[in-house]
Amino acid sequence: MFRSRSWVRPDTMAIVFILLSLLILFFIFAPIIKTVVSSSPGTLWDTLLDDSVYSSIMLTVWAGLLATLIGLALGVPLAYLLARRQFWGKGFLEALIDVPIVIPHSAAGIALLFVFGRQFLLGKLFGHVGITFVDSLAGVVIAMIFVSVPFLIDSARDAFKTVDVRLENVARTLGASPWRTFSRVSLPLAWRGIFSGSVMMWARAMSEFGAVLILAYYVPFLGGSQTVAPILVADRFAGFGLDYARPVAALVILVSLVMFLLLRIVALRGNKHD
Amino acid sequence: MIKVSHLKVQVGNFLLQDVNLDVDSGEYFIVLGPTGAGKTVLLEAIAGLYPILEGAITINGRDVTRLGPEKRGIVIVYQDQALFPHLSVAENVAFGLKSKRYSRSEIATKITDIAEVLGVADLLRRRPATLSGGEKQKVALARALVTEPEALLLDEPLSALDPQTKERMQRELMEIHRRLGVSVIHVTHDFEEAITLGDRVAVVNQGEIVQVGTPGDILRRPKSEFVANFALSQNVFSGEAKDDYGNNVTIDIGGVQLVVMTALRGMVHVSVRPEDIFISGTPLGSIEQNTFDGVITEVVDRGSVIYVRVNVPPDFVCLATRQSFGELSLSKGERVWIAFKTSAAHVF
Repeated sequence: MFRSRSWVRPDTMAIVFILLSLLILFFIFAPIIKTVVSSSPGTLWDTLLDDSVYSSIMLTVWAGLLATLIGLALGVPLAYLLARRQFWGKGFLEALIDVPIVIPHSAAGIALLFVFGRQFLLGKLFGHVGITFVDSLAGVVIAMIFVSVPFLIDSARDAFKTVDVRLENVARTLGASPWRTFSRVSLPLAWRGIFSGSVMMWARAMSEFGAVLILAYYVPFLGGSQTVAPILVADRFAGFGLDYARPVAALVILVSLVMFLLLRIVALRGNKHD
Repeated sequence: MIKVSHLKVQVGNFLLQDVNLDVDSGEYFIVLGPTGAGKTVLLEAIAGLYPILEGAITINGRDVTRLGPEKRGIVIVYQDQALFPHLSVAENVAFGLKSKRYSRSEIATKITDIAEVLGVADLLRRRPATLSGGEKQKVALARALVTEPEALLLDEPLSALDPQTKERMQRELMEIHRRLGVSVIHVTHDFEEAITLGDRVAVVNQGEIVQVGTPGDILRRPKSEFVANFALSQNVFSGEAKDDYGNNVTIDIGGVQLVVMTALRGMVHVSVRPEDIFISGTPLGSIEQNTFDGVITEVVDRGSVIYVRVNVPPDFVCLATRQSFGELSLSKGERVWIAFKTSAAHVF
């Protein structure tokens, strides 16, 4: 009689762990799938054609993109310094960078208001060049950056850490300036980590609710007064009930999923060079 | 010529202090020392990768102490070769030339020339990940040499290679150095490598240079206990390798003939590890082809092991465990017999 060699009788622990895993997976996927499939494609299409829904999604995507680009420009240099330099208080600084992730985001919004509000420090400063943050696109972007840039900084820092410092040393002795070494060696080698950090940041930015609600609830965008998609879902629910909120929620989830998948594919493609 | 004077560098808790070196133009200079002696830090400091706290570095009379690594005209090559993994071999070799803004046609010519010298022309389109250890080493050398540096800094360049590749690369390094005449500072912990390659050798220990001299000086006239011990544990001799009757090769090391196995002929070095030498208080008969008798001139107690210096002549240093030493009751002035296998004698 033959017995497959690869079959090992699962022990009790394995069975318990598998059952618990199935439970948590069900918990994660059931609500998402239920929301998406409970609205017919026709309803979803009609919802997308709803002017305020379409504008809200565009606002969310666009503000999220701006936030991520600013996050890249300002976060990557910081991430590089954190990966390469040793300095006093570095551990404290690294912990500080992650604070926006752990504080309640409505509180984060209040904190931002205290710096970017018209009568406060940066708000006044930017006011001189005609940029206001309260109830404006700039405010949405600022709120998004605040709550999501830690994801980008952390993964960019980890990516730079995996680049052997001796590759940079060799590049320097071969005659490359610090700028050239960074752009031709460090950045290309850390690029995948930075990119996936950017995707995380963008996704997190687009799903921000609390901080945006406080700083820039409804903002002028595409010729009307719009709010970001997560707030729109909540507003529809509070104002009109579950039946009106559901298709919007389904649409927002779908848009996020599609973007996430597309970017993952791009990231995996970039994988191939080595 | 590279002149390092009163150099002081601190990296983390490691301190390099009052380092003085003079490397002549075209010289093959070895920095020899145990792991953790500060060899790599010294090399990286010369390359300009650490801020220099005190002292000065001049290259061909030009003070480079405060210059960035890209302005010094010296290139570092690491043990693991540190090829850029995201670039092809050709792009790796071109990196320094592009940084120095050579024209496209100049770059192409220079790459072809250096690939010829190092025999890497067939590899130019490959990715570093697909190369063998020896190939990587050659590409790393090509990438460095194509920029025509005033000096080449080699950080344990042969340590990651298997023994055969290592011997071949040693010969190639000598050949390249002879052909291109570039000054080389080569850091290693390998005594044989130092003796084979070095015009001169600097022995470093704990961030300090303890002796500089020709390989012969280091071997025969160690100036400190550290150098003596470093050399003591080696049994390095030199002589002419000749075909003997039959299949044997013998080397006359001044006094006695060693029977060895090697393909090399002419003037060579030969080393016998102390732990490979069998020592006895009674005649050994002819159990090995290399059997000699001599007198104990020195007994160095190192705790668990004991070094015994036996004058045949020349002197052989043998290693005895405390137990066997006790059983043999060896002492200075006593007559002993030593023997080792032909395969225990390493010719290089």
